[in-house]
Amino acid sequence: MKEAHGTVIKYGDNVDTDVIIPARYLNSSDPAELATHCMEDLDKDFLKRMKPGDIMVATKNFGCGSSREHAPIAIKACGISCVIAETFARIFYRNAINIGLPIIECPEAAAGIDDGDEVSVDFDSGIITNVTKNVTYKGQPFPKFMQKIIDSEGLVNYINNK
Amino acid sequence: MGMTMTQKILAAHAGLESVVAGQLIEADLDLVLGNDITSPVAIHEMDKMKVDGVFNKDKIALVPDHFVPNKDIKSAEHCKCVREFALKNNITNYFEVGQMGIEHALLPEKGLTVAGDVIIGADSHTCTYGAVGAFSTGVGSTDMAAGMATGKAWFKVPSAIKFVLKNKPAKWVSGKDIILHIIGMIGVDGALYKSMEFTGDGIAYLSMDDRFTIANMAIEAGGKNGIFPVDELCLKYISEHSDRKPVVYEADPDAEYDEVIEIDLSSLEPTVAFPHLPENTRTISDIKEEIKIDQVVIGSCTNGRMDDLRTAAALLKGRHVAKGMRLIVIPGTQKIYLDAIEEGLVRTFIEAGGIVSTPTCGPCLGGYMGVLAENERCVSTTNRNFIGRMGHITSEIYLASPAVAAASAIKGYIAGPDSIE
Repeated sequence: MKEAHGTVIKYGDNVDTDVIIPARYLNSSDPAELATHCMEDLDKDFLKRMKPGDIMVATKNFGCGSSREHAPIAIKACGISCVIAETFARIFYRNAINIGLPIIECPEAAAGIDDGDEVSVDFDSGIITNVTKNVTYKGQPFPKFMQKIIDSEGLVNYINNK
Repeated sequence: MGMTMTQKILAAHAGLESVVAGQLIEADLDLVLGNDITSPVAIHEMDKMKVDGVFNKDKIALVPDHFVPNKDIKSAEHCKCVREFALKNNITNYFEVGQMGIEHALLPEKGLTVAGDVIIGADSHTCTYGAVGAFSTGVGSTDMAAGMATGKAWFKVPSAIKFVLKNKPAKWVSGKDIILHIIGMIGVDGALYKSMEFTGDGIAYLSMDDRFTIANMAIEAGGKNGIFPVDELCLKYISEHSDRKPVVYEADPDAEYDEVIEIDLSSLEPTVAFPHLPENTRTISDIKEEIKIDQVVIGSCTNGRMDDLRTAAALLKGRHVAKGMRLIVIPGTQKIYLDAIEEGLVRTFIEAGGIVSTPTCGPCLGGYMGVLAENERCVSTTNRNFIGRMGHITSEIYLASPAVAAASAIKGYIAGPDSIE
């Protein structure tokens, strides 16, 4: 499978889905429109400083709160290639897999990677490389069942291919 | 090895003798739920699936409630999409304005959720139905689409934390105070990926509305579900609301738990969660400073039920909200609204200087009907106090019970019900 390579934008604990995409924008479900408001209540400069391909890193409980799939959709649509966190809230975790946004749980990487670091991720092996600091981390591999969903690029294709 | 209550329900729905924590299973679904925010995305995803319609028109519930009655043109388009899908697929349980309510107040009232069910909903507070002894959990729109198409969903069987609730809570201590106390103790990720199984003699003192409130906020501790044992009170509730036969599961005596936490309900006090996380809790007696409030919201899937309105009205009766206070009361369903009118509660709220709205999630997620301006503060009986949740990113939400909310509306600052003479 593919690899992600980009500059890191780093956040802390409990980044909730209300700050990832505020509810006042949920009267739309268009990915491109949602992307224009991604992270704006937490980091109003996010869209100015991010480039397509960049990697988002956070500490614990990323994506907590509402079940809105608009949150991983907005992150994916603005071009983030992968999210690495110490832990993810469970609904966000499911949603990200189901829509094909690559995510990896790795406490060591979440702690060791800083904002602005250059990082690459190999999705097959779960190996995360911090190019800036010359350190590698081993991310949590997906169970086979989820890997099949990811390989199908989401749940819809997985069901269609079954 | 024994199974938890949740594990037993999941095993039965996966056609397995037993399951263990961590096992991946595919379970049959008794109900798939969506609202006006999440269903349009699910409907769009379902269009991409090679399926002919829904798996069972009677086992899908579509409840436009978040931005309903339509707050703007875009919301109206979303609702139209859901309405047309419901019509096309002949969905039995589609609830139009006039019949609707806030989804998690509405579905148990309509008898659609009974003990032993496996329920998924594209709304994080779907965990509410654990109060009637069902396994129910929030998912996203794509899972909802797959559920509507196939009648199945995949789950990782959760481990559990057992909460042993002991003794009788004091007069003003409600389900909300109990769950806020628990979240304050274990944190917003304290039950991440896990079941929260409630047991103990203290449950006998909790009304069904208290239990709905507690199960509703399991997600605020990161929980996959919250679940209560099915006792006489619960069976009575189900039989009064549903024609369906409940299936009662009990945890095995040797079920394994990651942790067992005992809580003496008699030692709890009214509890408030400070901005900007539900875990930032303080008891009312610990709040020494006068925290001035601009708005009070009483309602939501957490606290918009009859018990909640009665408690608030008992404090507000014959009194008036503080000068400049905006009190917004939102009954959870049309039935609750009507009952509140007939009991005179609506009159009490209006005479106290409040407004009473049609059922809607509105202000809870900063949609409409009570959005906050810069630096404003709200005491709210809702479930989340994240940054910007109810409006401007500098506004503040203090989560509390209906009693604390009503007392605070009268005083104009955060106050406990004991302060009202």
